[in-house]
Amino acid sequence: MRLYDLAQVVRSKNAGPFTVTIDLQFTREQDYRRALESPALTPANIARLYDVAPDDVIIRPFARIRTIKVAMPRRVSSGGPGDRDVYGSQQHFPLADLEIGQAP
Amino acid sequence: MREISFVSLNGVLGYGYPLASLESAMRIKPDFIGVDAGSTDPGPYYLGSGTNFVRPAQVRRDLAPGLRAAVDHGIPLIIGTAGGSGARPHVEEFVRLLYDLAREQHLHFRLAVIWSDIDHNTVLQGLREGRIRPCGPVPELTGDAVRSADRIVGQMGTGPIIKALDAGAQVIVAGRACDTVIFAAPAIRAGFDPGLALHLGKIAECGALCAEPQAAADCIVGRLRADHFLVAPPNPARRCTPDSVAAHSLYEQPDPDCFYEPEGRVDLTGCEFVAADERTVRVSGSRLLPAAVPTIKLEGAALRGYRSVTIAGVRDPAVLAHLDELEAGVRANVADSLGRQVSPEDLSLRFIRYGYDGVLGPLEHDRSACREVGLVIEAVAPSQEAADAALALARATALHQSFPGRKTTAGNLAFPFSPSDLQGGPVYEFAIYHLLETSNPDELFEIELREV
Repeated sequence: MRLYDLAQVVRSKNAGPFTVTIDLQFTREQDYRRALESPALTPANIARLYDVAPDDVIIRPFARIRTIKVAMPRRVSSGGPGDRDVYGSQQHFPLADLEIGQAP
Repeated sequence: MREISFVSLNGVLGYGYPLASLESAMRIKPDFIGVDAGSTDPGPYYLGSGTNFVRPAQVRRDLAPGLRAAVDHGIPLIIGTAGGSGARPHVEEFVRLLYDLAREQHLHFRLAVIWSDIDHNTVLQGLREGRIRPCGPVPELTGDAVRSADRIVGQMGTGPIIKALDAGAQVIVAGRACDTVIFAAPAIRAGFDPGLALHLGKIAECGALCAEPQAAADCIVGRLRADHFLVAPPNPARRCTPDSVAAHSLYEQPDPDCFYEPEGRVDLTGCEFVAADERTVRVSGSRLLPAAVPTIKLEGAALRGYRSVTIAGVRDPAVLAHLDELEAGVRANVADSLGRQVSPEDLSLRFIRYGYDGVLGPLEHDRSACREVGLVIEAVAPSQEAADAALALARATALHQSFPGRKTTAGNLAFPFSPSDLQGGPVYEFAIYHLLETSNPDELFEIELREV
């Protein structure tokens, strides 16, 4: 299953002009756990999708509202020459297409 | 019970809010009104060019009722990041607008203007003394980068606003300011817990974005007490829930557990969010862990050239199948024909192919068959004239560029507009997004008092 299909909210936004952050919010606790524990959701895999260094990808659970936060550097700073997304609002892809595997 | 309360007009001054929300909020007799008037979200152009991303008519519309309410109730009005970016031209334009409103409505008050422009030499000195570090994944600062910046501002903490309040200012127009300090400064001045004050400020600066339904274009009311704060929207069509307020801790932040302010790190790991009633949330447990040395975040924008763009549609399947070849052909022909106007190394030509890979570019992994593509061709060059000339050449070349299997020998592109080419003006880039360590952060921000 794709992350996009499992999560209720999949949003991305700048966290300052040099960082983009993607929030994956789940309605059900088991979906949140399934995504969080998926062997596919790793800094290395995300780094490959976004062409950034694995050490620069941060994955943070926020259990209170069943949300996983991902943060990583932007490849081009917001609004600079070569940028394609000033607000960073459409950067949840390709992550949202990530296959997280079957339900346990 | 000791309490300090305020109304935050909305998420960005000029984005609108229902007047009924402000009227309703004023009934609780708030201690002050605050509003965030800026953001780096719209990109570096606005700081670099000295212009606002919100039009003056909209700023005026939102400012007038807030100003009126503050003066009528004898309470302070605090505006942070005036004019969108908070540099001198932004603040000057904002103050002009404020004077116009005051004159028209016959309002009188003591005004504090807090300037946030940082001199290049101050930054260069900090660099030499090793007091500057990147804020996040940003390249190390260099002297050349500092000198390249057209304008540099610093994000003030609570100190300058507290000083302005001490001086009896009723209206405070702050240049670039941390969003939180608009709301935290009066509370910290009154002796309330700084961790709670800053967290409440963080929530309130986006207006009713912490409510449901969410809206940056509506008011929010905050009430801070000794060991907790309350947050609720005055608009009865919205409510705050523990989840909606907790979720706001995630918004445009890299870490849900904390955020950083000049004063230190605000730790949210011990936070509790509970419903105080059906529409009000009570938050406790936010803690400020003071920094050993305070830091000021510096923002600087540098001019990188001038932009010209054209937009065209592609419907022909053979063109769609050869977008890469078309682009390569155009690049080669443009490089050959540029003439002396601009050298190829000074020209940046870009093809953005909406419907194909326009948003993600090289990161797109699904380039499945499409029926049509929206093509944006962009030229960035050292002058507007050079960008216009290069773009015109690229546009004409792309229209007639040949490629294997071409059937559209009379033209490859559908231009929706005449003229087909649009000037984008100057292109800026954030050249500085760094932290400056300073034991006297407030000294960077000059306060000017005026009687209006």
